[in-house]
Amino acid sequence: MKGSGLFCAVVWVFCGLLSAQAPEIAFDGNIDFLKLPANIHLGEAAGVATNSKGNIFVYTRSGESGVMGASRFFTYGGSRLFEFDPAGKYLREIGTGVYGFLFAQSVRIDAQDNIWAVDRGSNNIIKFDPSGRFLQVLSRKPESVNPTGAAGGGEGRGGGGRGRGGVPGQGVQGDSFNRPTDISWDAQGNMFVSDAYTNARIVKLDKTGRFVKTWGAKGSDPGQFDMPNSVAVDARGNVYVADLGNKRIQVFDNDGTFKTQIANVGAPWAICVSPGAHQYLYSSNSNQPDALDNGEIYKMELDGTVLGKFGTAGKQAKEFGTANEIDCRNPNTLYIGEVTNWRVQKVTLRGAR
Amino acid sequence: MSHVTSLLAVLLPAANLFAQAPAGSQNLSPAALATRAKVQNVPEIPYESVPNFLKMPANLYLGEGIGIATNSKGHIFVYTRSQRTRLFEFDQNGNFVREIGEGLYGFVFAHAVRVDPQDNIWAVDEGSNMVIKFNPQGRVVMTLGRRPEPADAALPSPAPDPANPGKYIFNRPTDVGWDADGNIFVTDGYGNSRIVKYDKRGRFITQAGTRGSEPGQLNLPHSMAMDAKGNAYVADRSNRRIQVFDNDLKFKAIYDNVGTPWELCISPGPHQYLFSSNTFPDNNDYTLAGVTGEVYKMELDGTVVGKFGKAGKQWGEFSGLHEIDCRNPDVLYVSEIQLWRAQKLILHPSGR
Repeated sequence: MKGSGLFCAVVWVFCGLLSAQAPEIAFDGNIDFLKLPANIHLGEAAGVATNSKGNIFVYTRSGESGVMGASRFFTYGGSRLFEFDPAGKYLREIGTGVYGFLFAQSVRIDAQDNIWAVDRGSNNIIKFDPSGRFLQVLSRKPESVNPTGAAGGGEGRGGGGRGRGGVPGQGVQGDSFNRPTDISWDAQGNMFVSDAYTNARIVKLDKTGRFVKTWGAKGSDPGQFDMPNSVAVDARGNVYVADLGNKRIQVFDNDGTFKTQIANVGAPWAICVSPGAHQYLYSSNSNQPDALDNGEIYKMELDGTVLGKFGTAGKQAKEFGTANEIDCRNPNTLYIGEVTNWRVQKVTLRGAR
Repeated sequence: MSHVTSLLAVLLPAANLFAQAPAGSQNLSPAALATRAKVQNVPEIPYESVPNFLKMPANLYLGEGIGIATNSKGHIFVYTRSQRTRLFEFDQNGNFVREIGEGLYGFVFAHAVRVDPQDNIWAVDEGSNMVIKFNPQGRVVMTLGRRPEPADAALPSPAPDPANPGKYIFNRPTDVGWDADGNIFVTDGYGNSRIVKYDKRGRFITQAGTRGSEPGQLNLPHSMAMDAKGNAYVADRSNRRIQVFDNDLKFKAIYDNVGTPWELCISPGPHQYLFSSNTFPDNNDYTLAGVTGEVYKMELDGTVVGKFGKAGKQWGEFSGLHEIDCRNPDVLYVSEIQLWRAQKLILHPSGR
């Protein structure tokens, strides 16, 4: 976070002026769209995504985690994945009690309608087929996660894992993640994972899940990251990384070569690239959970040209509470997963140009 | 009305101060002596308890009865530390209606429940550091504060800074209230020592209080209540006093003669009363049972009009009284920590 101030100081004009000049996009926000059974409630709605049928998937922090053990902790539970139909009607829960559901971070749907849940607590990225059956998992849940932070819970804050100590994945050519945040795919099915908080890197895997390469390290130089919180890929295979702590979106080619950065849209918590012939890039300058500053979402061309913005931080409709994921399968009908407001908001952009 | 004590000390002969002291008071521990309410010769209000008023289904149990409140229809909401923290609704006859917020992300360790004039239900959870607003249908419509992420998570919650507690983060909040405009007031709490005002949309307006014992300072603001004029009454528990703030949270008055206020309630209507519980904390020091446990009924200006109740485990006695509902000032609902129960009390203030 510290690098961002310096960066904005250097290109102050861009940081200050361009975003302020962005025209307001008229929009509607529906916060009662999802209809839940009486005994099911969303918690922090970190993840939201739609599939090709328009069904909506919400990966939420439900909080009912438990711990067993004393000299060695075993942590279980804490997040749930729900599916709704396009009208918002509740359909079912997916992955009830699955091993890696600890602390929801995001959910994405691939081109084959498989459902991918990214869990920041277990370090797992879990793939379900469209029927909800488990198919594959990336990374490994640490054997010993101590949610109390007290001694005996493995290897420091990262929770260790693999019984060897150290931060999972650090310096390792593999898919051992430490606090992954997001996943996206190129047209060939290659996967790009933002492995966020300690490793600060992007990991590229082929469509079978085989490791291809990784790039990035903690820092503020081009190609370095400070909390890459979201990743998106355009039709040409370029990779857009929400470099949250550095308050910029970095763009890489398919092999991880730095191309450019977009630094005039605040701190990007969530980004999304819409499909179709004319692709748009959305980015949310979300409020920190302990404040109600910022909160606007930008609509851009892929080259970073800002077309407009909408919304602000808050607790009412048409306001957002730490937006953490955007679904933009339809570029004018967005679904926003809100952390602090415990809800998904359906946003309809009006007067789209 | 500040410092009622000194006033009483002048008016009452010193000998009278202990004339009504409970039997055995000469053996009181220092803690008990300090806890005893200064006000004496308070008329007893006759009352009765309705035993076993709440009918629990066979497979449901209350744990520590932490919060209780009624809505405009007379339905009763109990926020309890059961196996988990849970929120139950009962009808006006005590029949179980439903559970609200089952498995909720913000239900960690219950502290209080209140119902606003629109019948929205507000749960205050000191474990998740959250104040959660449910609409009358039982769905979450607003949250204040944020449950800390697990300590193991990558973004640990920032260490609490007592000097700058943050506008939207609580540290073990205790209670909530509203003024006529719908502004929201939160006492915060065990960790912080303040009362915070938000507008009805949940945006921060102002706050008051730092930890201390000077007027306007707080030490464990454990409960609060609003009067019709928008004044805020805070149970400043560890300072053993009630403090009154105006609607902008400017300090107004101290009432320090009713023991240790754990819980406050202000009744609605043209003539409002302030109820304050000098709660019997627990059995660690049973000598406290002789000097705590009673509930005071006061005018808003602090004048004590009567008291009722005593420490104990029978119906009509109180063990760790933690919340009072006083929508009807003569029909109170009280919840208790230690006996895992709630009681319905019928008061006979005119001695009927």
